[in-house]
Amino acid sequence: MVDFDVVSLPETDHVAEGDTAPDFARPLVTDEYWEDRALSEVVDGPTLLLVHPMDGAFQGTYLYNTVDDHDWGQQVDVLGLSISTPYAHKRLLAERADGVRIFSDPGAGVIEEYGLAHDIDGMTGITEARPAVFLLDADRTVEYAWVASEHPEFPDAEAIDDAIGRLVD
Amino acid sequence: MSEPPITLYRLQACPFCERVARTLTELDVAYRSRYVEPMHSERNVVKRVSGARSVPAIVDRDTGVTMSESANIVEYLQGTYGEGGA
Repeated sequence: MVDFDVVSLPETDHVAEGDTAPDFARPLVTDEYWEDRALSEVVDGPTLLLVHPMDGAFQGTYLYNTVDDHDWGQQVDVLGLSISTPYAHKRLLAERADGVRIFSDPGAGVIEEYGLAHDIDGMTGITEARPAVFLLDADRTVEYAWVASEHPEFPDAEAIDDAIGRLVD
Repeated sequence: MSEPPITLYRLQACPFCERVARTLTELDVAYRSRYVEPMHSERNVVKRVSGARSVPAIVDRDTGVTMSESANIVEYLQGTYGEGGA
């Protein structure tokens, strides 16, 4: 018997395969600056949209290291999103994930709309994101979706590799 | 959504930048704000476009003008987009 807890998360009505990823506008952060951008403006080809817990939590760091290890940035556009501020995103991008841009959603409005809200025990007033991965084609159709159903849970990098391979060919 | 002709490089809470933003608003000129870091050494993007790391700086794609220093920028905007401007 294991002596740690992996918590099952409740069912959620999240954005799923076949949906059109809902459009939104938020500050989009590069390693040099940020500016308001709409998802529909920046998606112009196969795009991996990664939603992750706040910058500094090891899940986000691990996720972008996986992006680098699998060269996803060479194959598709990679966008992130978390509740962290643009300043925090810039620090996160300074050391990894070349070419990746991250949306800042401190009010978690996008996270709520995508069905990814996660109330973390002991952080009153903060709406977090459950980790999620959406692979979009050029018109924002969701070709692959994965949303955490446990806490913590990590996406299956091989499944994402396969999905990218199917989309990009 | 079409790209506004003017990009304003700015720093959060920089009064000189606010002055330029207010002028753009008063003249009803569409612009996109690009925020950079307070640390001077972190502003290479501004240096690349304007030759200096100071903000505010603007790039006006309609006229090909790139400019720093808020007083210069305000004068340019009023001359170009204000009453009696070109």
